[in-house]
Amino acid sequence: MSAHICGDYKTTYKEDMVLFQTTFSKFWIIAFIIALYAIPLLLGNYTLYVGNLICIAIIGAMGISILTGFTGQISLGHGAFIGIGAYASGYLTMKLGFPFIVALPCAGLITALFGMIFGIPSLRLKGLYLAIATLAAQFIIEYLMVHMEFITNGVLGMMIDPPSIFGFSFDTDLKYFYLTASVAVLATLYAKNIVRTRPGRAFIAIRDRYISAEVMGVNLFKYKLMAFGISSFLAGVAGCLWAHYVTIITPEHFTIGVSIEYLAMIIIGGLGHVIGAIFGAIFMVLLPEVLRFLSEVLSGQFPMIVNIFAALKQVVFGAIIIGFLVYEPDGLAHRWQMIKAYWKLWPFSY
Amino acid sequence: MEFFLQLVVSGIVVGSIYALVALGFVLIYKATGVINFAQGEFLMVGAYICLGMVTTLHIPFWIAFFLTMAVTVVLGLIIEKVALRPMIGEPIISIIMLTIGLSSVLKGAVQVFWGPNNRVYPQIFSQVPLHIGPVVVSQVYLWSVGFAFLFLLLFTLFFRFSPSGIAMRAVADDQQAALSMGISVKKVFAMAWCIAFLVAGVGGVFLGNINGVNISLGFFGLKVFPAVILGGLDSIPGAILGGLIIGVLEALTGGYIDPIIGGGTAEVAPFVVLVIILMIKPYGFFGTEEIEKV
Repeated sequence: MSAHICGDYKTTYKEDMVLFQTTFSKFWIIAFIIALYAIPLLLGNYTLYVGNLICIAIIGAMGISILTGFTGQISLGHGAFIGIGAYASGYLTMKLGFPFIVALPCAGLITALFGMIFGIPSLRLKGLYLAIATLAAQFIIEYLMVHMEFITNGVLGMMIDPPSIFGFSFDTDLKYFYLTASVAVLATLYAKNIVRTRPGRAFIAIRDRYISAEVMGVNLFKYKLMAFGISSFLAGVAGCLWAHYVTIITPEHFTIGVSIEYLAMIIIGGLGHVIGAIFGAIFMVLLPEVLRFLSEVLSGQFPMIVNIFAALKQVVFGAIIIGFLVYEPDGLAHRWQMIKAYWKLWPFSY
Repeated sequence: MEFFLQLVVSGIVVGSIYALVALGFVLIYKATGVINFAQGEFLMVGAYICLGMVTTLHIPFWIAFFLTMAVTVVLGLIIEKVALRPMIGEPIISIIMLTIGLSSVLKGAVQVFWGPNNRVYPQIFSQVPLHIGPVVVSQVYLWSVGFAFLFLLLFTLFFRFSPSGIAMRAVADDQQAALSMGISVKKVFAMAWCIAFLVAGVGGVFLGNINGVNISLGFFGLKVFPAVILGGLDSIPGAILGGLIIGVLEALTGGYIDPIIGGGTAEVAPFVVLVIILMIKPYGFFGTEEIEKV
């Protein structure tokens, strides 16, 4: 065990890449996971509802974090990919009668396939051009969702039952929370793990200097497509869980606004940090809830605030993104590291 | 045939406004290297400001029109100063996200002031349509095409001959060299945002006169992407040509394909074209090809 007296002391590369850096952090992570499963028993339905949304957002944010944060490929089509996962799972379970446990990975795989198709232009396009290409993907997929009525039921929406696994039905917020939290933990572990393997290092190399990466033998096409695939797989899983949670989905749920929200999550959380995606997801889900709460409190004095709530929400949303980019460009993950570093040396932080 | 010509005319009208918005977009991209996702919101803000002056303050339309131009220039200055200046040197994704945040703020602010309902300009242009050959054109269409081309011409001349315009082109070409020649890059950046806001605002006023003013005007900005990619991201003639082509394409798909397979095709057709162009000719008609050297 490396002691935490003043920084980390490591002698091998392997030691540096260990998932749990110290026994101390291992202890806290395990304690956190136990708390994650124990505390919900005490919570009310509204808190659990928010918790479910957070867990689903974390899964989606992990996906875009791998693609945009680690591989540097900007995607403005994440919302549409989440939609593909939602519709795929809905179609598989409701029309074809697949069990949920099969439909969940299938939804992910179908979305991964779509993601890889739209990822093909990424070999030729970079930065701005790729952003615009994925924007086009967003609109085309949205159009298909509205018009392929034999699958999606168009603007009327698709009804989906709550899932059940081996006869156990996840029909309450509490039960569902265990499902979403478990998948979120798995997704986080997966993301944390992949960035320390060969593909993960290849992703980061592509992000930082793709020409050097190619010179060093990283197959750009393969790894870019892989990043698109993994990212869309997680988006599909998030979409599937979301669809089965809200039980009715329409194309309006998967607009460009959703894509932007997910991008905002990883930027506010901090690009290129796995934990940043978690912070960002929590932040972006809580933001509208906090604003709603505030508007209810303030509506006593200012009754007109209810009418302009949606508009105010948009202003605050935009202002927060701008504020973060201008004042805290490294996001919440960086702030978190500063706090940790402060306490590591406390009270002798000279 | 008449139907076809009618569609082409309305496509050119909308396309000329696309071209105006695309001009501002290309300008910002050329001079500052920023892709502006808030261009459509600039258009919307311009439309609302002019509408507010005409309906609430009862200022005659033409005075309000010129006042709107002044206000949009000031807004452009403020936005550049507050939001964009600190972002110089940040990665592309941050800057893209910043303009997305900006668009959200503008959209929300407009709704706070004017509410979400559709509003219309009072009658300004004569309702009597003009007959040009077999095609019927309403006067507001002619006015907006006229103004769009006037502005496009003015700015083309501005870039070609005026010292400021030449300075802007110099900065777009090579910031370092421009700086060492005594050009203030800051001033040029500010000017780019002002002009972009101004031309978008003008487009917004005319579009508002044609279709009414509501929050969905902001989506106009997204249509500009196919136009600028088609023309080449950093080419002003390309923006104009691309805008016109996309406008006509949209009108034609709306007129011929929508009745067959249901609405919404006109909205998505430009993006299908966009994907095809990106696949076969990513730098558009006149765009500069980026050649990478190790």
